[in-house]
Amino acid sequence: MVKLRVNGQEQSFDGDPSMPLLWYLRDELGLTGTKYGCGVALCGACTVHVDGEATRACITAVNDVSGRSVTTIEGLDRDGNHPVQKAWRAFNVPQCGYCQAGQIMQAAALLATNKNPSEDDINNSMSGNICRCGCYQRITAAIKAAATGA
Amino acid sequence: MTPVHATIENVSRRGFLRGLIATGGFVVAAEFVPARAALAAFATGAAKMPGGVVSDPHVFVSIDPSGLVTIVAHRAEMGTGSRTSLPMAVADELEADWSRVKVVQSPGDEKKYGNQNTDGSRSLRHFIQPMRECGAAARQMLETAAAQIWNVPVGEVQAQNHEVVHKPSGRKLGYGDLAAAASALPTPPADQIKLKDEASFRYLGRGNVQIVDLFDITTGGAIYGIDTKLAGLKYAVIARPPVMGGKLASYDGTAAMKVPGVEKIVVIEGTPPPSKFQPIGGVAVIARNTWVALKGRDALVVRWDDGPHASYDSAAYKAQLEETARKPGKVVRDEGDAEKALGSAAKTVFAEYYAPHLAHAPMEPPSATARVANGKCEVWAAVQSPGGTQNELVEKLGLKPEDVTVNVTLLGGGFGRKSKPDFVLEAALLSREMGGAPVKVTWTREDDLHHDYLHTVSAERIDAGLDAQGRVIAWRHRTVAPTIRATFVPDPKFAQPGELSQGVLDVPFDIANLRCEVGEAEAHTRIGWFRSVSNIPHAFAIQSFAAELAHAAGRDPKVMLLELLGPPRIVHPPADYTNYGDPQETYPIDTARLRRVVELVADKAEWGKKLPPRHGQGIAVHRSFLSYVATVVEVAVDDKGKLSLPRVDTAIDCGFAANPERIYSQVEGAAVMGLSLAKYGEISFKNGRVQQNNFDGFQVARIDESPPITHVWIVPNSIDVPSSGVGEPGLPVFAPALCNAIFAATGKRIRRLPIGDQLTT
Repeated sequence: MVKLRVNGQEQSFDGDPSMPLLWYLRDELGLTGTKYGCGVALCGACTVHVDGEATRACITAVNDVSGRSVTTIEGLDRDGNHPVQKAWRAFNVPQCGYCQAGQIMQAAALLATNKNPSEDDINNSMSGNICRCGCYQRITAAIKAAATGA
Repeated sequence: MTPVHATIENVSRRGFLRGLIATGGFVVAAEFVPARAALAAFATGAAKMPGGVVSDPHVFVSIDPSGLVTIVAHRAEMGTGSRTSLPMAVADELEADWSRVKVVQSPGDEKKYGNQNTDGSRSLRHFIQPMRECGAAARQMLETAAAQIWNVPVGEVQAQNHEVVHKPSGRKLGYGDLAAAASALPTPPADQIKLKDEASFRYLGRGNVQIVDLFDITTGGAIYGIDTKLAGLKYAVIARPPVMGGKLASYDGTAAMKVPGVEKIVVIEGTPPPSKFQPIGGVAVIARNTWVALKGRDALVVRWDDGPHASYDSAAYKAQLEETARKPGKVVRDEGDAEKALGSAAKTVFAEYYAPHLAHAPMEPPSATARVANGKCEVWAAVQSPGGTQNELVEKLGLKPEDVTVNVTLLGGGFGRKSKPDFVLEAALLSREMGGAPVKVTWTREDDLHHDYLHTVSAERIDAGLDAQGRVIAWRHRTVAPTIRATFVPDPKFAQPGELSQGVLDVPFDIANLRCEVGEAEAHTRIGWFRSVSNIPHAFAIQSFAAELAHAAGRDPKVMLLELLGPPRIVHPPADYTNYGDPQETYPIDTARLRRVVELVADKAEWGKKLPPRHGQGIAVHRSFLSYVATVVEVAVDDKGKLSLPRVDTAIDCGFAANPERIYSQVEGAAVMGLSLAKYGEISFKNGRVQQNNFDGFQVARIDESPPITHVWIVPNSIDVPSSGVGEPGLPVFAPALCNAIFAATGKRIRRLPIGDQLTT
């Protein structure tokens, strides 16, 4: 039995403890905001926070987060108004939108530790997150705006 | 302007539309007749598409007593914004307040909604007119209803901003108060519909409307095909034959069935090539969740009978294509005498270009959920062609169309992959095998890359002759690529007119002696259309070669390009030319517009400006999907061969720009996808099998290597200039502009895509 906290709620899971957190969130808890994109931590679509740190859910076993606190896009802000989410909307970042939950979670984790990231900081932090539609220039702009509160 | 928001919902989840203008789609127009009163009526090929065009407000618009306007989006949303832009066109003509508009997604039903095949950059181009007409008709019905209630001439009333006003008295009635009366009125005939004039547009061309799914996308609430949840849902993954046309020889599922949670193993019968949209077969593992299904599939022991395509080898095939391009092919365009002019030219130049297979690799891999029970089928899927998917399911399952419901989710990228519904048929077959339990099929990224309908692979050879003044007097282009048609009919030999119409038959150059030839090529994998299709290899070759000619003649590439385009004129290509299915009267090949985007982008990018060492600019122009696009890429290549793109400028002339905000985003995105395909894009085969497995082998551009900003310049056009494609035309110019810039920076000419390690070796 694995016990963990997801978006502030206690959860317990008695299935295969090697199951990736990604599939636990999506198939067992129904939290489909966290996306599958590659399954091997190459694309970042599944990014969640584990104790506040950006983590690829597709290569993190449920057992690895036993006793820890997981935040998904659904739990980032109760009203969907985290500064990063607001900036994403202000800059019309998404096209298809599929990768954006992972991008937003990665960006929120960056800003939690780096209040004023440089372009290099943004590139370093965000280069693990693929956007096939190519929204990158707006992602950069939105992160800068979220950082300054613009 | 402050963005305004609309709310969203799916038609299928509402079940029915309440309190509306009307409940039944009683008018189903097979053909769209443009309103004569329209300011800008223009003919398109839309009426010839399956389902044609429907513009009746009884089908698309409903208004409840509170005044909430519900508008149906009948095209799929994969990131281009058409799910927002088309309802926006309805709302504008309807004089609706966008903040009181709800957008609902239609299921697949082309008889009711008209063509739904969201492909070919057609959504705005084919439907901006009918959607405007639809909104205008509804507005006139509301005005008529108000006039009748007040017992005044209809000429004294006017709809504005969600209410109808009686101008002499100032009386007002809201749309909610008028809906019931308006719904009882007949739809005005086409010749009585009065469209708004451009100056009074609220949303069209204004760029003040955000996509309807924006909030949900940023909060995890947006639902894609892979996100479908149903009570009792089963999860499936499938082991498929690794070689096209391969069959299952034998399998042992003993170990797989021992994985806790695996419920059933099902063999799917494959369809031999040409397999069209049919499943390619394999062994499915059905389980209680995706992870268990994956573990079960890993435990399968499967032997395949590979069949004749097991010898497909990309290196050998490349040599074969290039050899074919060195010999005369079938002539498809012939003006003057290119052979003779080549023979007598003061100087001749030739080059050979190669562009490999590409995978679509949408971030959401193919996924579909189906429930087939009690003689009915319902699916939830990310499909570009909901109507086509419905037709395929009807045929495959032997059901009546009214018993097959295709619910369209958001698409996590499409790029052409999701117009092929093989993955939906897989889900339907498995649900039937499971006695009607709903089954979700998920493709892993490996499945996606191994079994895609790949972009073709191409060799292009161009020979040109220059006179003593450096002017081009002869041009002979040979193109060789396996055709998409091979996916649909047995053994076609040549690229089809539709493919050749993407840059070859329509090459807009002013050259007296011009010949185009096509060579034979056999397909050894499923070939499909990928964003901008054959324009990719054709524009890569033609626009690279234009710069090579400039170099050979000692001329500036932009000057040479303008000279090749020649004076402003309409180009008349051969009779086989298809013009993307639309009439040339509406959408001619206009070199004035090609010249304009070249001049515009060169001006904005400061073409020819002084650059630091190992920096260079490259330019390319191409017309595709009836739009005109030119790009200038500035590169820097360091002494270790590391490539960066300090600046990209792209000019686009797509007729009337209905939703400029989404045009910017499409063109920005095309630069990133263009960089991906130029720098890394290659699917290769060995022993008939794809060699790339995931985003390590099939790399795509990431944020740190992409252009920091792509400056997009939209040529302003009035509503009278027919809107043309936007989703695809940004892509073809990028690779040649980039490679021309690399040449300018380094002297290294890239003729084989992807660039890969060619700058470091």
